[in-house]
Amino acid sequence: MATVEVTFTPLPVHVRTARLVATAVARRSGISESLLDEVRLAVGEACSRAVEAHLRHCPGQPIRVALTDDGERFEVVVTDAAPGSEHDLPASAGLPAGPGLPAEEPLPERVGTNVGIIPLQLPDGVGLAVIAGLADDFSIAPAAPASPGTSVTMSWKRRVAAI
Amino acid sequence: MDLKLSHSNKDGIEIVDVEGEIDVYTAPRLRELLIELVNKKNYQLVVNMEKVEFLDSTGLGVLVGGLKRVRAHDGSLDLVCTQERILKIFRITGLTKVFGIHESVDQAIAARKAEK
Repeated sequence: MATVEVTFTPLPVHVRTARLVATAVARRSGISESLLDEVRLAVGEACSRAVEAHLRHCPGQPIRVALTDDGERFEVVVTDAAPGSEHDLPASAGLPAGPGLPAEEPLPERVGTNVGIIPLQLPDGVGLAVIAGLADDFSIAPAAPASPGTSVTMSWKRRVAAI
Repeated sequence: MDLKLSHSNKDGIEIVDVEGEIDVYTAPRLRELLIELVNKKNYQLVVNMEKVEFLDSTGLGVLVGGLKRVRAHDGSLDLVCTQERILKIFRITGLTKVFGIHESVDQAIAARKAEK
């Protein structure tokens, strides 16, 4: 059972709330202060990705964030319910090689305030690559067999403070 | 903290001061401001991020989009940032090679003028 579990409606404004909760639980779990920024950023990336997938496919369904402290590791699982979102995943979470700007990708404008997701100017895999660069362990898999959706799992080892 | 944006002109370069969190919710406002400045023919931009508390890949996308827009007019978009936690995401994504990142607005302006 997760230590703390949060579900939220897929709106960009709630991603900040998820970040704040994750950071608070990580701090209480004994994650070192130097890693809290990494937890905050990685959880935000995973939730942003889930929100975008839900707004595209299933805006009425909630996103689930499960935060678990098993004493040695702090694990976060962000699960979306967007059908086909696992097929949107890049072959790898790699980044464009070398310097220079990513190619322009003309995406439709989306307007509005609370649901105002901007068209991404970076390849879709960048958010996942950021998570991979921040977490000690990172995986992405279908949420459940024969069910739509994707689970992004990331974890950090608890660091023993130097004496 | 929400996002606060302001801008002013200094030595012919438009300085955009950003304060707060740039994420999937707030980034559209920064994007709109950058588009508005470019539409008003401001092609030399410096984005001061010294008071930014959080930046994610959505925010990076907005900055990259701004850079592409000014470069289309032979312009520039430089950043001012000394915070390690913000710089880290630029390093992870390799974007330190794309943006000029400076320690102060004055340094950014001086670097820009030296290139002219």
